[in-house]
Amino acid sequence: MTVQLVGLALLMAAVTYPFRALPLFAPTKDRLPAIVQRYLRLVGPAILAALAAGNTAFAEDAAGHNVFHVGIEWIAVALAVALIAWRGNVFFGIVAAVVMVAVGRAVMGA
Amino acid sequence: MTDPSATPIPDITAARRDLVLAALGFAVSGAGFGLVYGLAAREAGFSVIEATSMSVFVLAGAAQFAAVGLVAHGAGWPAIVVLTALLNARHLLYSAAMAPWLGGRSRLERAAMAHVLTDETFALSLAHFQRIGRADVVGFWLAAGFDSISWPVFTALGVIGGQLIPDPAQLGLDVVFPAAMGGLAVKLATDRPAIAAAIAGAALAVVGGILVGPAVSIVVGGFLAPIAGLLIERKGEPAR
Repeated sequence: MTVQLVGLALLMAAVTYPFRALPLFAPTKDRLPAIVQRYLRLVGPAILAALAAGNTAFAEDAAGHNVFHVGIEWIAVALAVALIAWRGNVFFGIVAAVVMVAVGRAVMGA
Repeated sequence: MTDPSATPIPDITAARRDLVLAALGFAVSGAGFGLVYGLAAREAGFSVIEATSMSVFVLAGAAQFAAVGLVAHGAGWPAIVVLTALLNARHLLYSAAMAPWLGGRSRLERAAMAHVLTDETFALSLAHFQRIGRADVVGFWLAAGFDSISWPVFTALGVIGGQLIPDPAQLGLDVVFPAAMGGLAVKLATDRPAIAAAIAGAALAVVGGILVGPAVSIVVGGFLAPIAGLLIERKGEPAR
């Protein structure tokens, strides 16, 4: 069994870890300027919405390139977001989205 | 620490239960894609040790899938490492946003927390902290545990027998990630500045994705969209 690519995994981890770690060792909230505290409070909704949109609006084509894509995933994610906003239950929203996409693809693929 | 903008609830058990339920959704999706990643890695020539070690050490699905594709095409390690850095740069934002909550933990614990600060752990933990109005280390590790254990385990299973399972996309599992991220963003968007930041983040990710590709645009959206929220906040301040 080969282990050569474990070295690549370690190098990938070495460039990933600083992104995850460095700000955790920076000054704590009480020592940050107010504007930075307010900015950081807004990073959460901003990056999560960006991840949701980016992972909904783009799909890999046959060549493996990310291309803009409109499909049932848009409706499923919108449904999940609406349900989560309404009921506050993330799991319920996820299940609804999965069922919608699975059924939609089964119907469209049939 | 406490966040005055949050609405504290007294029942932390209920909050943790909701956190675990949401984490289970991620875990099911992660298991499916872990199997697929393992299978793809095997086809690219990875052994079970190589594929699983990448899931343990890197713990970042997008970068790992990209690495497998590049290895399969004979790309050199430097190119793969640079691409990994680009794809994972967004974790800087996660860490910065979590720092005010976790600043009081020991350096050793923060060092360990940093390793498991994935998309899923960040989203679940931050929403949980804001819900209860304070940091909850048990909640953090619950969120991190599902992700950081299921991903390597199912990677190994994928290398060993992944060809036996159906494509997770056929089951709709590929929508778990965006649905959960969108839902958690909504839970964090409790006031006008946060709503503006979320809308701007989504818009920048889509428009930027068309122009420069989604990997870069998501990072750009995360960096720039909070400024929209700050502008809304400033507009709402009384004139001096």
